[in-house]
Amino acid sequence: MGNILAWPYLGTVINASYFVTAYLFIMGLKRMSSPKTARGGILWAGAGMLVATLFSFVNPAMGQHVPAVNYVLMIIAMAVGGGLAWYSGRRVAMTSMPQMIALYNGMGGGAAACIAAVELFGAEHHQRSVLALAVLGAIIGAVSFSGSLIAFGKLQGLIRKSLRSKVLQIVNLLIFIAVVAMAISVVVAGNSDNMPLLTAFFLAALVVGILTTLPIGGADMPVVISLYNALTGLAVAFEGFVLQNAAMIIAGTVVGAAGGMLTQLMAKSMNRPLTNVLFAGFGADEGAQAVGGEGGALKPIDVTDAAVMMAFANKVIIVPGYGMAVAQAQHKVWELVQMLMDRDVTVKFAIHPVAGRMPGHMNVLLAEAEVPYEKLMDRHETNNELDRADCVIVLGANDVVNPVARKDVASPIKGMPILDVDKAGTVMVIKRSLNPGFAGVDNELFYMDNTAMVFGDGKKTIQAITEAMKAS
Amino acid sequence: MIEGFTALYIFMLAAFTGYEIIARVPSILHTPLMSGSNFIHGIVLVGAMVALGQAHSPFGLAVGFIGVLLAAGNAAGGYVVTERMLEMFKSSKED
Repeated sequence: MGNILAWPYLGTVINASYFVTAYLFIMGLKRMSSPKTARGGILWAGAGMLVATLFSFVNPAMGQHVPAVNYVLMIIAMAVGGGLAWYSGRRVAMTSMPQMIALYNGMGGGAAACIAAVELFGAEHHQRSVLALAVLGAIIGAVSFSGSLIAFGKLQGLIRKSLRSKVLQIVNLLIFIAVVAMAISVVVAGNSDNMPLLTAFFLAALVVGILTTLPIGGADMPVVISLYNALTGLAVAFEGFVLQNAAMIIAGTVVGAAGGMLTQLMAKSMNRPLTNVLFAGFGADEGAQAVGGEGGALKPIDVTDAAVMMAFANKVIIVPGYGMAVAQAQHKVWELVQMLMDRDVTVKFAIHPVAGRMPGHMNVLLAEAEVPYEKLMDRHETNNELDRADCVIVLGANDVVNPVARKDVASPIKGMPILDVDKAGTVMVIKRSLNPGFAGVDNELFYMDNTAMVFGDGKKTIQAITEAMKAS
Repeated sequence: MIEGFTALYIFMLAAFTGYEIIARVPSILHTPLMSGSNFIHGIVLVGAMVALGQAHSPFGLAVGFIGVLLAAGNAAGGYVVTERMLEMFKSSKED
């Protein structure tokens, strides 16, 4: 068998395959940005990935003689890593999607950091500009790796505490400065055989990712995951420059820019600048102040009353939140809605941009239950229609309907655009307990005169209301 | 070879492409798009393969192995999750 790696035109063939991949990625992403073509988009991007992966087995950048052991390791790693991720991605419930994205994203960042490690620790001599890009990609990749894992742990409920203190932030800043200083010294020295320095550099970068993410509360996680997603893209692009790999440069940069834009959009819909998300700490310990109690008391009602209220309404608006996701109630909700529609009740869903743990989280879940698009309203539409609704059902949403955000009092969610559900005729809040939402703020809405509380698990309660309505 | 200003040009044009694609996206697609772009940076797999392929030392082999493992996870997981999300959009669209 001739050595294909020694074939002189191989480089051109590989570059051509990466060109095709870059095209497929961009077209795929473009298609994913419109609801009609979104489904095909992932297939395009997937095809691109397949092309690049297959051709990379014979990438001449690996040298002309790649030992068999390297190939064996490569195939084992791909089978194990890809297999486990494929399996977990198939099995996981739709409600756990946010943390899975965080996990896979962290893996990408870690891979970028590994490439940097191989390049930096390796004996090969690099130009200073290449070294600079390698260490830059290493920092970003490592931070994205450890940060995403913390985000995963938080959303999965493995890490419950939000550590927060000024001291911690200062320590983190000092470590970050140390990371930058070590990075500069690696580049200035122009060589990369200083093992202790490089090891300290990588470890410190990992610590920065951990300490940056630990203080951030769950409500802000979507923004943070999106930010790490963009960062991983950038790290991949930088390592692409190091490896002279056009597919990595283009795909990484496109993701970096697109992810940065998405992060901005998300931060905007929460009315909080990104710096605030990262450095202010939100939903951690400042929310403990009591705001409730200025209007009347809580009015708990049972499911029969709830069923009657809905059945005799003209217009019902449902506001789903994370509680619906946790209870997996979306299918039962749609059943109830169909029953209401049979009784000529107009029903709409009001989707707050950051309801749940990701923007669009509710849309995905309702789409899973096959709720048609036309039933969903965004925040503006909802607020225009709320005063004409005689019944609003808040299902497991909390911070996004808290009127305190409109008030001029010190509160972590002050100024956040909310759904003004308190303007509707009656508000029915379905909730497991009186625990505050992720922002840790007590909700005035619950104490208002036109608010009734139905305590219970979202799915069971909706089911019970449906039964009650059937019986009536 | 991609170097110096050529690299900068690629970087700039790709960044504009990324911005343009996302600029006017309805919010319902934010999560699938985040997931989709998460899949696309799984291209780091090809870099990890090259890094492992050129490794000679045990250290290089070990780190390269971890790199390929993580990158393959990024690509495979990212694809499955995105595909599952978009699948739902399709079914509700056809009604």
